[in-house]
Amino acid sequence: MTIQMISVIGAAIAVSFGALAPAWGEGRALAAAMDAIARQPESAGTISRTLFVGLAMIETMAIYCLVIALLLLYANPFVGA
Amino acid sequence: MFRLSPLTNEVAFWLGPIPITGAVVTTWGVMAAITAFCAISLRRPKVEPDGVQSLLEILIEAIAAQIEAVLRRDPWPFMPLIGTLFIFLVVANLSAIVPGLHPPTGHIETPAALAVIVFFSVHVMGISARGLGRYLRHYFEPNPLLLPLNVLSEITRIFSLMVRLFGNMMSHEIVIAIVMFLAGVLVPIPFMLLGLLIGILQAYIFTVLATVFVGAAVDATNAA
Repeated sequence: MTIQMISVIGAAIAVSFGALAPAWGEGRALAAAMDAIARQPESAGTISRTLFVGLAMIETMAIYCLVIALLLLYANPFVGA
Repeated sequence: MFRLSPLTNEVAFWLGPIPITGAVVTTWGVMAAITAFCAISLRRPKVEPDGVQSLLEILIEAIAAQIEAVLRRDPWPFMPLIGTLFIFLVVANLSAIVPGLHPPTGHIETPAALAVIVFFSVHVMGISARGLGRYLRHYFEPNPLLLPLNVLSEITRIFSLMVRLFGNMMSHEIVIAIVMFLAGVLVPIPFMLLGLLIGILQAYIFTVLATVFVGAAVDATNAA
């Protein structure tokens, strides 16, 4: 197997696991926020703002994986330019 | 499949020895458009605003209310930084709806420049609000052992601020490119509509996170 083929597999693995775990985490965060809004609708504004910031934090992990996958595909340090 | 790698930049023209990329030209265009729009619509500002002026005032008041909700203090000293960031990011992220334009935030240079601005502004605002000694002391809280982690978090949070904006905008462009490649007619339109949502949401998140960082710098009791 050449380095290019391994890089493609590595990129696919990075994106798939990088999508799996943040999706699970975001689902949990969203469910908790829904629960909180259902209990206290008057604090919906604060909860949604915090939720957005938190979701952005979680999503950063997925974006990191995506950036690593793109590095493997387009700027692989192990493949000579 | 792709015209160019998303990590490289096409050079639009050379200004002497300096390469000017398409993203920079788009940034200049966005800046000129915002400035011209505000200059023309606010040529004769009135106490009783009409039309465009009241729209702009609603926008500014909404941004100020958001800043105040996060910082719990007078929002207006932070308005030049935060408000400019938000308005610029919204217009820059949505510049993709103009045919032929790509959002400059989809290339890593623009988010990097904005993140550097936020990085230095946070320290300047923190020092001017609390004084140099008290500002530096908050790195030793709650325990001097945590100094390396506090310093590291200053860098990593700015780095992730940059990568988040870049990754979201760039990945959306790639999705559009793939869908265009698979089915060119009408199919990409829902994805482009999603792109409007993503653009505004990412501008909002970048701004809110910058506000939170500023808030943590100017007031330790409100650190988020």
